Amino acid sequence: MSDDQNPATGQTPATEPAPARPRVFLVDDHGMFRAGVRAELGPTVDVVGEAGTVGEAVAAIALHVPDVVLLDVHMPDGGGRAVLETVRQTHPQVKFLALSVSDAAEDVIGLIRAGARGYVTKTISATELADAVRRVAEGDAVFSPRLAGFVLDAFTQRNDTPVRDPELDLLTNREREVLRLLARGYAYKEIASELFISVKTVETHVSSVLRKLQMSNRYELSRWAVDRRLV
Amino acid sequence: MAPRLGPPTGQPAPFRKLYRRAEGRALAGVAAGIAEHLGIPTYAVRIAFVLLVLPSGVGAILYAVFWALLDIDPADRARGKASRHLGQLFIFIAVAVAFQIVLAIAGLSSRYLLAWFLGVVAVGAVLIWRKADDGQRQRWSALTPRYPWLAMILSRDRTATTIRLVGGGLLVLIGLIGFLAATGELSAIRDGLLFGGTLLVGVGVVVAPWLVRIGTDLRNERRERIRSQERAEIAAIVHDQVLHTLALIQRNSDDSREVARLARSQERELRNWLYKPTASPTARIGAALEAVAAEVEDAFAVTVDAVVVGDCDVDDRLLPLVHATREALVNAGKHAKVPTVSLYAEVEPEQVSVFVRDRGAGFDLDTVEDDRHGVRGSILGRMKRHGGRAEIRSSPGEGTEVRLTMQRGAVL
Repeated sequence: MSDDQNPATGQTPATEPAPARPRVFLVDDHGMFRAGVRAELGPTVDVVGEAGTVGEAVAAIALHVPDVVLLDVHMPDGGGRAVLETVRQTHPQVKFLALSVSDAAEDVIGLIRAGARGYVTKTISATELADAVRRVAEGDAVFSPRLAGFVLDAFTQRNDTPVRDPELDLLTNREREVLRLLARGYAYKEIASELFISVKTVETHVSSVLRKLQMSNRYELSRWAVDRRLV
Repeated sequence: MAPRLGPPTGQPAPFRKLYRRAEGRALAGVAAGIAEHLGIPTYAVRIAFVLLVLPSGVGAILYAVFWALLDIDPADRARGKASRHLGQLFIFIAVAVAFQIVLAIAGLSSRYLLAWFLGVVAVGAVLIWRKADDGQRQRWSALTPRYPWLAMILSRDRTATTIRLVGGGLLVLIGLIGFLAATGELSAIRDGLLFGGTLLVGVGVVVAPWLVRIGTDLRNERRERIRSQERAEIAAIVHDQVLHTLALIQRNSDDSREVARLARSQERELRNWLYKPTASPTARIGAALEAVAAEVEDAFAVTVDAVVVGDCDVDDRLLPLVHATREALVNAGKHAKVPTVSLYAEVEPEQVSVFVRDRGAGFDLDTVEDDRHGVRGSILGRMKRHGGRAEIRSSPGEGTEVRLTMQRGAVL
């Protein structure tokens, strides 16, 4: 990943400690949207390619092996999920950031449980998107305020939900606080200063929530999956 | 029985209609229905029918007439699946057959035989023409108002219909042949039957393609109608709202604020239509807060990112919270000068918290004049009056966050 061969940018590759620009691939069935994202992200990341259909995307991602795939949730022929599942079998190192207009819980949770490292809505600003891409490229997780809300909702302890695995089925108080602040629209830096912890610790908490979200068998999470026949 | 007032008319006070009973029927529920109507035991009515059937077959015809004319008790139909007294049915059939064998051995049967065969014909005819249940009938008549029989043949419940038609037809055929054989005119009729059969087959060959085509046309037409209804519903949304909004956007294309407002409000409408079952904003706090957010979005051309965790009913304690939230959003929309405001609400067992945050201009709370109602009266004062807490964190340039907390009233 580190040996970045990219003549187009004219940048001296990786001599300084700053991380190389993440190589990004766009998957969206709307050409206009791809063009918009490409223009917005252009200065901060390397857009190595784009695709408008599931088939094209799978082939091109295997060819380019980007760091991060920006993945549209809703597409014909199985949507982003189909791309995600196919690519992950052959290239588990490729990270996915889901990008969607839909706020429906089952869409979001479905993609995350299939292995996406984050989810943002398409109305996100360019700088925030660039930030999210960088974070995902570094192996962290990205939650939109709404996703944070869903997770809090899904992990709310109700009397009738059995806890099979406390390690996975419950959030710690700290994780809960971080999620609440995320849902309130705080940036990572603001969360860190609010809770008197480092940004790195905030990122650790969010990643750990992501892991629980993907691994837990909580009823609410499975239900979303079952409703969408995603099991 | 309660004593009745007024002149005794001989009618029980609530007029009771005679129905067939589905629950506990043996054959078609006629006897059970009559028994309930008259208030006598079911088996008595059944024995009476059997006695009427045995010598002459009158009972069978009577039963068939009842069967054809009476409806199933609506109460039974509403209950759905009904149990049968199959045991009694078998006993009665066994008795009837045994009786018939005795008669045949005694050589007395030939006269009654005719009636029996006529009875079989009647049962077959009833099977074919018997009233279908109401739902089925409605579907048939809706399908082809003028040709209910055609619809019956084409209807969905094809297996049931086929069994009924084939079974009934067989019974009619057996009955007729038996009748003719018993009267000794079978041989004379045979030629006629042959002729009739040939004619039928001939006509069938000619007519069959036409029937098949009518059937296909009917099915296609029904499918088309369902599809066009769905299309009409979607078209209504697209036309009434989306096209209208697009037209407005084109007319206001130089006013980016207005364009954003229109797009956002249309987006919200579509989203609600696609994803959310509508809840009444007066009943649930989640819906109430989202309604407030929508109102502010429309009024001030900002985007309110509303995230609500949990939900509960809005009661007298929570209503002020909703109003205070609205005020906080309005302030953010009016003064913050930023395109987005975050609204986060969490419903916990003991309390409901609301956070309204923007990254806008911010202000210094100490410099706000006392006569400014927005902050002091509508947010801080209102929350305090109703037993809640309100906290405002703001500094110029850093944005503002309003934190509202209200204890939930009397939960368990």
